[in-house]
Amino acid sequence: MRRAMAVRVVGPMQWMVWPALIAVAGTVILATPAHLFGLSLPEPILPLALAFAWPLIRPSVLAPLMLLALGLFLDVFWFAPLGLWPLSLLAVYGVVLAGRSLLAGQDTRMLFAWYAGCTILAFILAYMIVSLMAGNAPSLLALFWQVLPTLALFPVAGWMIERFDDGDVRFR
Amino acid sequence: MAFRDGPFDNLKAPLTWVSAGVVVVAMIVAVVLLIANGRDVESGEYGAARAGADAVAAPVGGVLAAPVRWAGQASDYVRGYFFAVSENRRLRAELAELEPWRDQAIALKNVNARYEAMLGLRVEPPVEMVTARSVSESRGPFVNARLIDVGQAAGVRVGNPVINEHGLVGRVVGATGGVSRVLLITDVSSRVPILVDRTDARAMLSGDGSGNPRLEYVRGEDSLREGDRILTSGDGGGIPRGLPVGVAARGIDGTWRVKLFTDRGAVDYVRVLLFQDFAQLADPEALNAPPLAAADTAPPPDAQTAARIADQEARRRARDEEEVRRVAEAEAQRRREAAEQAAARTAAAAQPAPEEVQE
Repeated sequence: MRRAMAVRVVGPMQWMVWPALIAVAGTVILATPAHLFGLSLPEPILPLALAFAWPLIRPSVLAPLMLLALGLFLDVFWFAPLGLWPLSLLAVYGVVLAGRSLLAGQDTRMLFAWYAGCTILAFILAYMIVSLMAGNAPSLLALFWQVLPTLALFPVAGWMIERFDDGDVRFR
Repeated sequence: MAFRDGPFDNLKAPLTWVSAGVVVVAMIVAVVLLIANGRDVESGEYGAARAGADAVAAPVGGVLAAPVRWAGQASDYVRGYFFAVSENRRLRAELAELEPWRDQAIALKNVNARYEAMLGLRVEPPVEMVTARSVSESRGPFVNARLIDVGQAAGVRVGNPVINEHGLVGRVVGATGGVSRVLLITDVSSRVPILVDRTDARAMLSGDGSGNPRLEYVRGEDSLREGDRILTSGDGGGIPRGLPVGVAARGIDGTWRVKLFTDRGAVDYVRVLLFQDFAQLADPEALNAPPLAAADTAPPPDAQTAARIADQEARRRARDEEEVRRVAEAEAQRRREAAEQAAARTAAAAQPAPEEVQE
């Protein structure tokens, strides 16, 4: 006789709200004006890892709204044009959501390739918006120094996908 | 019934579509926000959302920045203790080099003050300043801004230039009660009118998110060389003239760039110049005063003195008129006499000489 399968439900608090709050806290901490040996702290786009991981974990109505809120927080906190980072984060979310069936079950290298592609997409979008609004193209070298630490966030996204992907068997 | 055959299986596809719909709606919201608000640093308007977020972020940033500052001070203390001898030697050499400059500066200041007095120049009065701590910063390619812990309560207004001990840092683009947002000169939307100290050539310092902003609109041959000192020009009236900015250098892309003086150390303490434009500094009464410096040393005359001055002036005028009349009469007399003498000479020439008649 088949035993009843226990449905293990991981709620949005675990895979969405807490990571979002950690991303906010991390952004605030990394904005500390600390200079060591002439170098300052890196400034990655922490919510980009969430924008990549969330649609792979499961499709959700709340996640795009959370990304909108996170993006607005980045814009207000960093004094960026209002709407810049929500648009970039949601573009990444949308692309990964569309390619969800292609990405399901892929190994880490393929996931990283997609993550790198999504990061570059987000930064190209932000670069174009800022160039249009300021009438001045930002430095590519400065862009590189923000893309690099953002790419380094892939282990966080990978860990989240691994941890929460099977958290709810309804979405296997 | 197996679980996969259950009703949840039908939930997957609709949920993906609903999620995609929410993404589209949220993206439309973001685009509308971008078009409606964006980040207009020129208008001087600072939204309530940004002001509120700054007011919350500043104390948090202040708490996080405090240990960093203490660690910096501690490392400075330790370094000062261990490197006291070498630093002493370096400072002595620097002092010996700077002493002639100091004497020259005093002499030039003296001469300059005399010229100003002689020419009656209206020099700008000293600008008031408030000191602030930097509590949070954004450094990416798209934004270069800082939060500082003074605001409208200390007299800070949008547009105030911000400097530190090395040079120009940026200008205030948003101010609330106790917090202000400073747009750094490296920000992609920052433009600062500058001059080259050596040639007085003008250009525009244009930030691009990197540590070394570009120099644009550089005109003329040999107007700029590597190592030239760059100062603010004060054109446009937003920033006072003569604030040190940096040194000109060629970038790796061949464009002219500026190595900023503010890169010499951490920008943790800054000073906000309570300067908005030149009109704010000018006193309208002083503008209506006579141009010569000495002209306003005497008080205006009272009625009695004015009457006396008028009387003296009338007497002088009468005297002058009398003098003119006398000179004219004397001239007329002289002409009359000259005419009479000429007539007498003509008459004498017409009569024959007595000796000729006798012969």
